[in-house]
Amino acid sequence: MTATEVSPDPRPTRPSPLRRLLPGPPGAAGARGSTLLRHLVLAVLAGTAVVLLTNQLAPYQNLQVARVCAFLCVTAGYTVLVGLNGQLSLGHGALMATGAYTVALMQQGFDERAVQGRWILPLSLLLAVVVTAAAGLVIGLAAARLRGPYLAGVTLAVATLVPAITTIFTDVFNGEQGLRFPMETPPAFLGAYFQPERWLAWVALLAALLTMLLMANLVRSRFGRSLRAVRDDEVAARLAGIHVARNQVLAFVVSAACAGLGGGVYAVLTATVAPGKFSLDLSLFLLMAIVIGGLGSLAGAVWGAILLVALQDLPSLITETFTLPSGLAQRLEGNLALAVFGLILIVVMLAAPGGLHGAARALTARLRARRRAARR
Amino acid sequence: MDRFLFLTFDGLATGAVYAAFALALVLIWRAARLVNFAQGAMAVATAYVGYAVVSVTGSYWLGLGAAVLAGLALGALVERVLMRFVGHANPLNDVIVALGLVLLIQAVLGMVFGNEYRPAAAPFDTDALSVGGVAAMSPYDLWVLGAVLAVVVSLGLLFTRTPIGLRMRASAFAPEVSRLLGVNVGRMLTVGWALAAAVGALAGMLVVPTGLGLHPHAMDLVFVVAFTAAVVGGLDSPAGAVVGGLLVGLILSYVTGYLGPDTTPLAILVLLLAVLLVRPGGLFSSVRARHV
Repeated sequence: MTATEVSPDPRPTRPSPLRRLLPGPPGAAGARGSTLLRHLVLAVLAGTAVVLLTNQLAPYQNLQVARVCAFLCVTAGYTVLVGLNGQLSLGHGALMATGAYTVALMQQGFDERAVQGRWILPLSLLLAVVVTAAAGLVIGLAAARLRGPYLAGVTLAVATLVPAITTIFTDVFNGEQGLRFPMETPPAFLGAYFQPERWLAWVALLAALLTMLLMANLVRSRFGRSLRAVRDDEVAARLAGIHVARNQVLAFVVSAACAGLGGGVYAVLTATVAPGKFSLDLSLFLLMAIVIGGLGSLAGAVWGAILLVALQDLPSLITETFTLPSGLAQRLEGNLALAVFGLILIVVMLAAPGGLHGAARALTARLRARRRAARR
Repeated sequence: MDRFLFLTFDGLATGAVYAAFALALVLIWRAARLVNFAQGAMAVATAYVGYAVVSVTGSYWLGLGAAVLAGLALGALVERVLMRFVGHANPLNDVIVALGLVLLIQAVLGMVFGNEYRPAAAPFDTDALSVGGVAAMSPYDLWVLGAVLAVVVSLGLLFTRTPIGLRMRASAFAPEVSRLLGVNVGRMLTVGWALAAAVGALAGMLVVPTGLGLHPHAMDLVFVVAFTAAVVGGLDSPAGAVVGGLLVGLILSYVTGYLGPDTTPLAILVLLLAVLLVRPGGLFSSVRARHV
């Protein structure tokens, strides 16, 4: 995922003498079309690799791949908002819930009317994106007027309070129990014995690749540059002709749409939604994921999504490996992951604010410098 | 009318707790220019200490004292060990570290004490006394109001009448000048955190008996309400925090009483957004909080 790196390679490729005469955009490898092409090729390669991988994996592992892909949709948009635009939202768990509930209601509605077809799932997911983007627009309009801790406080309130809506409108959302809808099945042409988990992993992968492709191009675009400009200095950005408020609202809408898609896919994976799945903790997990991955780089979002799933499965792995007294195991269940998340969040913030991706980049840069020094 | 009076008294009593909690937020905001998002989790941790002491000694007052002392210690510890080393280049860093602390504290509490609700006894009767046939406040509500009032008055005296209060105010408003004049600004910051956490601990002890009981997440909602109260009053104003707390308590009490308890979360959200959009500096602030 090197294409998503924000800073260009420190060693510029040597342009041809003729090319040097022409003025080129600084930092860009070429025209914008080639960036898109590069990202497309990378996306296809990554997609092929994962599809081949899913062939080798057991059902549960395929479900893990699918979960990583679902979270990747969310973290990619989230890191654009927090890392690139500098707006800290804690309400992305609630936005995921919006997408998930939209998908659940759609799927349930189609099932009750006995409507069938392969177009139902894409339509539900599309609607999830639209509804969540609308919700993001509402929050974003408020957010664009707020700064730092105020924005964090409002979005924290959203994350804490939105699950309560499901109990207010019990007849629609079925309260604490949540909604169930029929599981997504693989299409018939793949054969009768096609692993359903593998199909789910493909669906999630497609969503994740689409999100990553769009975000990677957005980061490199004019809009991406204005996002960073607003983050770094609002006044300077305004002087440079950027409409700051519009820029911030748009960033919120984009990241909300990603969260809605991720939430929708997440719901499809388990064929259920319940308010308990979208508690405040989820929002904090997402924050942890992008902080650990490295704020502001899409590669960091990939790391974050992988870590999120890996760490969520850590407690059950431990309780399976070691035989613990049942009381202790019950207390460790869930809490251990929380503790590790919290500790990592603090340590990363104090020791390596660039996150995993930043640390890896610093390491490779140092190794490269050493190799170059040795060559001389 | 009786119902209105009852809701008013009830709102004042719960509002007093929000006021104390908001006061703790304002103390740290004034000292360090950051909103302590870990306030709720820290208060829960000290409440667990308090109720552990209560269950060992059987005395509520010893437990309360232990909780407040634990708050002082925890606040100082968090500032000395954690917050001091956070890079302030990006204002989000403080928030992120505080949220990490929330996850850590709640998880450790869950691992040590379990995730179930533990009943917490109140030191006084919680049934409302009736005055002239109208159900008014319970003895416990009176104790809550009295305790919060005592804290507000003593904090006010501390800040205006004592040398250490003067130094704290000086280092909060002009750290560089205070340092030149010989004030140990770092120590004042620690004292500020310790005081705020102690006030938070008291608020936690006061609110736990009125809720479902002690639980690692018992303060999540209280924190959100207290943040709303602090924003209503203006993060810079201690008096605003108290008035904001009482006001939010009243509004929530009326909403709960007339529209049903399910609608309270929405009411909090609407109130918070309305205040921030209309008057982001709070009702008591003359300073503009943002410039775009």
